[in-house]
Amino acid sequence: MIEYIIYKAILVVIVFCITLVAAMYSTYAERKIAGFIQDRLGPNRAGPFGILQPVADGVKMFMKEEMIPDVSNKFLFILGPSVAMFTSLMTGAIIPWGTSLTILGHQYSLQVADVNIGILYLLGITSVGVYGIMIGGWASNNKFALLGALRASSQMISYEIGMGLSIIALIMTTGTLSIGEIAAQQHGWHWNILYQPLGFLIFIICAFAETNRAPFDLPECESELIGGYHTEYSSMKLGFYLFAEYTNMFISSAILATLYFGGYNMPFLGRFVHDPNMLALLGTFFLFCKICFFIFVFMWVRWTLPRFRYDQLMNLGWKGLIPLAILNIAITGIVMWITGKI
Amino acid sequence: MTMYLFYFLAFLAILCGLMVILEKNPVHSVLYLIITFFALAGHYLLLNAQFLFIVQIMVYAGAIMVLFLFVIMLLNLNKETEPHKSNLVKFAAAISAGLLLVVLVAAMKGAETLPAPATTNADMGLVKNLGQVLFTQFLLPFETASLLFLAAMVGAVMLGKRDIK
Repeated sequence: MIEYIIYKAILVVIVFCITLVAAMYSTYAERKIAGFIQDRLGPNRAGPFGILQPVADGVKMFMKEEMIPDVSNKFLFILGPSVAMFTSLMTGAIIPWGTSLTILGHQYSLQVADVNIGILYLLGITSVGVYGIMIGGWASNNKFALLGALRASSQMISYEIGMGLSIIALIMTTGTLSIGEIAAQQHGWHWNILYQPLGFLIFIICAFAETNRAPFDLPECESELIGGYHTEYSSMKLGFYLFAEYTNMFISSAILATLYFGGYNMPFLGRFVHDPNMLALLGTFFLFCKICFFIFVFMWVRWTLPRFRYDQLMNLGWKGLIPLAILNIAITGIVMWITGKI
Repeated sequence: MTMYLFYFLAFLAILCGLMVILEKNPVHSVLYLIITFFALAGHYLLLNAQFLFIVQIMVYAGAIMVLFLFVIMLLNLNKETEPHKSNLVKFAAAISAGLLLVVLVAAMKGAETLPAPATTNADMGLVKNLGQVLFTQFLLPFETASLLFLAAMVGAVMLGKRDIK
């Protein structure tokens, strides 16, 4: 029992650290990719190739003067970014980061918790994540912040439906809610993207909207709302909001890779490597490659597409994605019925 | 361990439930209500009803309360705009609420304590078992409920349209 707790604790700490470091270096990658796309250099002063830039940014964030508006509610003002950060870090627990390691005859799974409700946990956490933005935006006592918060929450609620419906089609083909099992089922070439291409498209669009990334970054639309929900924030509280966005992006990429792109599976890997521990570690390595690819896609889209207008965003969500997701469920059902899977 | 957790959650739920009505600021009330819903979700988890747990969080804490918060934030209720009721109305409200309390207490006192029904299956609350029961034994009520939701949705869209010709 004690051994089990220690193993889980170590795994949690490792996942936590990796998530934070990945989010930290996403900020660096974002600037470099933005620089590349806009034909400039990007950060290159702190350390070789500017590799220490995130550290410099972090120190700057911590050292900046902290300002809390006089008229705002102090407790809720601090609670806002805390909830945003907390919920963005919670989802890492259900992602299978690899198969399992065998150390001294014991099997150690690389997934913190393979909960029975699986994907539903993910949807639950994303729906709670709205509160961070809403509470912060309201507690700022600023009209722009409140407008940003309202935009964020209505956007997230709308796109959650499309996301949920696209996941239903996925569950129909996999027959399980457990993310660990979904990852294990995609062994070899049986990646879910081949069975659910439309579902993947809907899911990735909804993931962009849920993480408030461009082209759906209307909650922090500078040209209309100054800074959106974090207008009044300074110092590390602002840092938490920005950091939560990058953490969300990392986690969304991990979920995209796990649900649709085979997770830790890589075809033909078993032919060359036979040691199970080595295989598990290589699986984790390939999962991270896929995650990096999706993070790149997130950034690529951000620096390529212009921002939507708010009514266009709502139209796309309610009149485009939701009917499409329902159609996807129907098609999945019909195909499964014809092929005799049900 | 489970018992302590139960008492903690029950205490939290009752405390936050009280704070919902005692708190002056409506936004704070809604936030306390959200904590109450989380405490209730914790109770579901203690009963091994994982599906109910996540649905409670997704639907009540995650969606419905966000809409509540939404409306209250937009209404911008504060001291100045608070409607003032006359003393007569307050007096009438106190008396009727007190009567309701008496009725409730009397009903609670008269009620027999039923023996807890023997649990047929401890894993009943898991998604798989719940789905099987819903789609076989209770198929008709389930589908009827979904029809009801559809009717409510159509109604909401109709009401939402500005000008109906």
